Amino acid sequence: MHPALQGLITIIVGVGGCVGYYYLSNQFLDKVLFPARGANAGRNINRANMIRPWLFLAPALFALGLYLAYPVVETLRLSLTDRDAGGAFVGGANYAQMFAEPKFWEAMRNNMLWLIIVPAMSTAFGLLAAQLTDRLAWGNIAKSLIFMPMAISFVGAAVIWKLVYDTRPIEQDQIGILNAILLSLGAEEPRTWLTIPFWNNFFLMAVLIWIQTGFAMVILSAALRGIPEETVEAAIVDGANPFQIFFRIKIPQIAGTIVVVWTTITIVVLKVFDIVFAMTNGQWETQVLANYMYDKLFRANDWGVGSAAAMIIMLLVTPILVWNVYNARKEMK
Amino acid sequence: MANLLLRNIEKTYGGSVNVLKDINLDIKTGELIVFVGPSGCGKSTLLRMIAGLEKITDGELQIDGVLVNDIPPSERGIAMVFQSYALYPHMTVRDNMAFALKLARKSPAEIDAAVTAAAEKLQLTEYLDRLPKALSGGQRQRVAIGRSIVRDPKVYLFDEPLSNLDAALRVATRIEIAELKEQMPDSTMIYVTHDQVEAMTLASRIVVLANKGIAQVGSPLELYERPENEFVAQFIGSPQMNLLPGEVIETGETTVVRLDGGGIARSGVPTRDGDKGLRVNVGVRPEDMVPTDGEALFEGDVNIVEALGEVTLLYFRPEAGGEAVIGKLGGIHADLKGQRLRMTADPSRVHIFADGQSLLYR
Ligand SMILES: Nc1ncnc2c1ncn2[C@@H]1O[C@H](COP(=O)(O)OP(=O)(O)OP(=O)(O)O)[C@@H](O)[C@H]1O
Ligand SMILES: [Mg+2]
Repeated sequence: MHPALQGLITIIVGVGGCVGYYYLSNQFLDKVLFPARGANAGRNINRANMIRPWLFLAPALFALGLYLAYPVVETLRLSLTDRDAGGAFVGGANYAQMFAEPKFWEAMRNNMLWLIIVPAMSTAFGLLAAQLTDRLAWGNIAKSLIFMPMAISFVGAAVIWKLVYDTRPIEQDQIGILNAILLSLGAEEPRTWLTIPFWNNFFLMAVLIWIQTGFAMVILSAALRGIPEETVEAAIVDGANPFQIFFRIKIPQIAGTIVVVWTTITIVVLKVFDIVFAMTNGQWETQVLANYMYDKLFRANDWGVGSAAAMIIMLLVTPILVWNVYNARKEMK
Repeated sequence: MANLLLRNIEKTYGGSVNVLKDINLDIKTGELIVFVGPSGCGKSTLLRMIAGLEKITDGELQIDGVLVNDIPPSERGIAMVFQSYALYPHMTVRDNMAFALKLARKSPAEIDAAVTAAAEKLQLTEYLDRLPKALSGGQRQRVAIGRSIVRDPKVYLFDEPLSNLDAALRVATRIEIAELKEQMPDSTMIYVTHDQVEAMTLASRIVVLANKGIAQVGSPLELYERPENEFVAQFIGSPQMNLLPGEVIETGETTVVRLDGGGIARSGVPTRDGDKGLRVNVGVRPEDMVPTDGEALFEGDVNIVEALGEVTLLYFRPEAGGEAVIGKLGGIHADLKGQRLRMTADPSRVHIFADGQSLLYR
């Protein structure tokens, strides 16, 4: 069958199925289970109304349970078993083994670096871009350009930046812009950027900052526009200069939004995988937790340690996620 | 402690939208000037130009003899109270009031003294450590006023400061502002409002803005008793002044006008011999109309009666081709509905306008 036709049929069956489920289950509830007539009509209506939300939520709850809750439990179980021992329970042995590996601590250290730098830089650049483009006639064009990377997948972005950092032998033309600039400034040798330990982490982070700045800018720009103009004018009359207005009047008023943006990017960072996978695959001391987990799970086929790494990532993400949701809710009020 | 001089002030937005032109005004130290006028006539624009928040397109603005056209707001010695209070939501009442002083690098002791004094003056002492969102509308407006007091400005600017308050609170806050003005007799204030009562009670002089310019400047009673033109005559006073068209038939100390509706109007406005036959509008305020059995300005059927207790408003059915006329009598007269009345007015209360301008000011 033609793939397009296949897709169309899938859509029709899927959407039709959903509509059918809601319509038929609702009919069943109202007409068969608790019909709104007879001696107990009033009681039946009340009962039907109590059940209805659960009926409608059921598919989502089922899917969430299957694809989110169950994997957590299963990962936890796997992290406590050993493949070589035929899946026997080994307690914390996988964790002990992992904590003894230098590569794990390298990933941990790098993740912390990512965690501090990427959200901070993305938010700062986003805020700067939002504030500066607001006044410009061509601000909207600038904004679109800054936002564009958001539309590129992480792997796509990684490939683009790999070309930026590309290195060719000295006798060939450099296609990496960084080396091209370096040589045109009179350097002797092109550099292999991604193999310079420690600093190469920052070259990888640049990719994510490039992507996330657009996100931060859009959200913060909306928040800046929500600030009452009169508070800014009052500050002008009070004698504040543009910097004081920005830092003492505007930023405090959008502090809640800044926290939400910051934590949202933090969660993205904790899960960062594609960029490292596509650019260095964790070599030259650029390993991160998610890539470490992937290595263990799918390369070494060691599901025990791989699951243990997954649990660590989850432990790190959860508190930030909770805080993020808390702040986002507060913002919406 | 400051006088203002506005000379030929003009405002044009975006090079083509002319909002104000030829504004000339001389404001003396200690005056409370009120700007009134229909919505969109440029009251806020004029105030914001004085504040420095809006550029002056043309003309001169002097404060205390110093040209301030290009001086930033904070150096003009002005303070502004906004309609929406414009408090800084993330700062406590104390910090809101102290912000300007902190920016000016005043010593903590000095700041504290100024804030405490202002808070006492405005009964805000117990709210000093609250955030604005934990205050009522009236309290917020007092904080906004306090924020300007601590700076001890030369000129206070208010842009409809009471319009977000409910009626009772508006009266209370209006009286507070009047008292505040009394405590600070040397400070100059400029106040924009829509509310006639505010204008009449607070102002030392009222500036009526209309048609991009100033229609009249004068004390509240001057504007009420001797309006320069039909616009001011109808803008000040509620319900608005009745205008009845007619023709001058006798001139002199007392002018007699035969009205198109058939009545005769006698006015204390003097006219010259050459005015005989002049087409005019005779203006009579509803509250100046009295019923009579003799010679009448006007005779008509009472169409609607609104008895408000203290006064009764009478709406006369418009005669063919004529204007609806409104009368206002003291006390309760609910029984007048449907009756035919003859109304007249004291000649000293009858205004005459030709081409929209009062004949008093020729
Ligand atoms: N930025 C602007 N660009 C163009 N026209 C403007 C601008 N700001 C104000 N105007 C126009 O200037 C005129 C005066 O506005 P202003 O706000 O001063 O009126 P106002 O007398 O304060 O009215 P209100 O009583 O409703 O507050 C209005 O017609 C308005 O449309
Ligand atoms: Mg206004």
